[in-house]
Amino acid sequence: MSISKRFWISLILSLPMLANMLLMPFGWMLPGGAWTQLVLTTIIMVISAGPFVQSAWASFKKHHSNMDTLVAVGTATAYLYSIYAMVTNQAVFFESAAFVTTFVLLGQVFEERMRNNASNAVEKLVNLQAKHAEVYRDGQYVQLPIDEVVAGDLVRVKPGQKIPVDGVIVEGHSTVDESMVTGESMPVAKKTSDAVIGATINSDGTFVFKASKVGGDTMLAQIVELVKKAQNSHAPIQKLTDKVSDIFVPVVMMLAIATFLVWYVFLSASLAQALIFAVAVVVIACPCALGLATPTALMVGTGRGAKMGILIKNGEVLEAVNDVKTVVFDKTGTITVGQPRVTDVVGNQSRVLAVAAGLEESSEHPLATAILKRAQADQIEAGPVTDFHAIEGKGVEATVAGQHALVGNQKLAADLTVSPALQQQAADLQAAAKTVVYVGVDQEVIGLIAIQDEPKATSKQAIADLKARGLKTVMLTGDNERVAQAIANQVGIDEVIADVLPGDKADHVQALQADGKVAFVGDGINDAPALTVADVGIAMGSGTDVAIDAGGIVLVKNDLRDVDRALALSRKTFNRIKLNLFWAFIYNVLGIPVAAGVFFSIGLSLSPELAGLAMAFSSLSVVTSSVLLNKAKITSRPKLA
Amino acid sequence: MVKIIVLIIGLAIIGLIAWWFFGKHNVEAVSADSVGAEQQINIEVNGGYSPENVVLKKGVPAVLNFTRKDASSCLDRVVFSDFGINQALPKDQKQAIRIDTSKAGEYQWACGMDMFHGKLTIK
Repeated sequence: MSISKRFWISLILSLPMLANMLLMPFGWMLPGGAWTQLVLTTIIMVISAGPFVQSAWASFKKHHSNMDTLVAVGTATAYLYSIYAMVTNQAVFFESAAFVTTFVLLGQVFEERMRNNASNAVEKLVNLQAKHAEVYRDGQYVQLPIDEVVAGDLVRVKPGQKIPVDGVIVEGHSTVDESMVTGESMPVAKKTSDAVIGATINSDGTFVFKASKVGGDTMLAQIVELVKKAQNSHAPIQKLTDKVSDIFVPVVMMLAIATFLVWYVFLSASLAQALIFAVAVVVIACPCALGLATPTALMVGTGRGAKMGILIKNGEVLEAVNDVKTVVFDKTGTITVGQPRVTDVVGNQSRVLAVAAGLEESSEHPLATAILKRAQADQIEAGPVTDFHAIEGKGVEATVAGQHALVGNQKLAADLTVSPALQQQAADLQAAAKTVVYVGVDQEVIGLIAIQDEPKATSKQAIADLKARGLKTVMLTGDNERVAQAIANQVGIDEVIADVLPGDKADHVQALQADGKVAFVGDGINDAPALTVADVGIAMGSGTDVAIDAGGIVLVKNDLRDVDRALALSRKTFNRIKLNLFWAFIYNVLGIPVAAGVFFSIGLSLSPELAGLAMAFSSLSVVTSSVLLNKAKITSRPKLA
Repeated sequence: MVKIIVLIIGLAIIGLIAWWFFGKHNVEAVSADSVGAEQQINIEVNGGYSPENVVLKKGVPAVLNFTRKDASSCLDRVVFSDFGINQALPKDQKQAIRIDTSKAGEYQWACGMDMFHGKLTIK
């Protein structure tokens, strides 16, 4: 039976007993009295608490104990004692057994929901892999399953197809969308002797490549392996909780027995009295409040985050956020928009754009989209174009309104006349890390179009917010130093690490971890290892599913300012967890001696009912404290002192 | 007189708990059976792992078959952190986990919450 079913059964059957407990002072009693309680609790014990007992017993046989042991001992003792009390006509506390079961199961239901939400990043990565490949065998191309491709095979890739494995092009050329692996948003032009990466998508041309790495050696497989290892690595704090849980349960049981002995043997209490003290110890030590402290605060904190478009995956992330010293950003798609845009048009705006748009309409060049978008936005109509030709490696030419027009790169411009003014402007634009496209008519350059992947409008503010929090900001990118530094200056990043290979991002994050905890913000599949290695991985919502899965925090709105809000919310939630744990712990530290009757001489003692109530109250206070987290103020920008 | 007997029994139970949970207990190491070119071990998951201590031969492909009998949600995953394996164990279903035995050494495995542990030795 599922945990949630066990919880609902336990909850529904506990409600009459809760009513009985609350309404007793007002003279209302549960019909049937102790007999009704016995029946309700017996059903709970068998169905809902039964698996605890089974698991506790199985662990016991192997010299282990866990939370299930304490739950089983606590509920079973309360239950069995209550039967004994019923027989001897004393007060029963069946409700303690029922409530303990209900509360513990509630915690487990929360926990199961949390754990199921952590979806499988690795599976999604593996699914990127192409299933088939067109391989040259025995004089012709045949469709083969990916497993049968071996290194050295010639593989043909048609437009729109996935490249099956890593290799080097031997024939043909094309542009390839590598964004899923490298995070690079611009499609990359590939020609003979260029390397291609498996699982990337070929856009327009057909080419043949020689497979160099297959199976477990491909870049994708390596990334999968990295994410797998990183995901399952251990958090150091787990060792501590291991130790505590290893001794907590047996120690509580020994304390309970010692309590019984002291009262019965040395203080000459009656058997029932001594047993009551012992049972109170077991009941009050039930790890309910300790168990609820974390999941409830997590539920509320993550729920609140979800409303703000900030998804926090687990408690470890919350904990790690507390000590973050450095925030590392991926550039493309994180700080920048991730799509090239026309930033400057030099020369006669409408004429330059009209010519360029006319030519680019027939072109498949990656930058064409940016130019066409700008032309559209400026409502510039491209004239009819005839005699369209691509000039290999330089650009395109065509006849526009009877004139010979050209659009292309610097190599194309070398064949044309360029005025010194335009030459200077082109150099300036390049210095600002922009890609310059030359537009020529009748052998003369009439204008320039500068294209750049610009920073998002909110990036500057986001970086400023984080700096105000006292955090160091670092940008990590595969782009060259010049482009990276230009972007960094625009948004105010402290440090730039450029020319980073996709596989090395995680290493750079690890190096930065030497100076304290690091948060990494990224969006591409190539960011997945870095997201997992970082103490806190923050994935942007516009990114790939894999990046989102590898991140500990996901920003749905794709607004970089949410990084700061996510950090603020995580800190608040983690502090609430610490507060909860403190209360739960204090409750146990104070509760156990009181329950054991240490303060009996000064009139302070706890009957098992009161112990049960105190247990429920401590749980309730922890839950209330968690719910109040909903009202806590989350400032997006800390006040400067 | 009754009290003295109760005291002795009570102290004995405390001692028993201490010995049972904190004492050193020998854990039997189980070596794999070779089935053809593969070595296999069946591991039952019930309040821990039995066997808890597994020895595999280096270089021979190995399969560990986990069968979870325990309803506890603590044991519903098994994690081999050194191998990047994190496998869900549906209750009462045999789950085969392939282990790369190319490197000799001692490795730990644990349940999803790191409460229960097992040891894998490759030599």
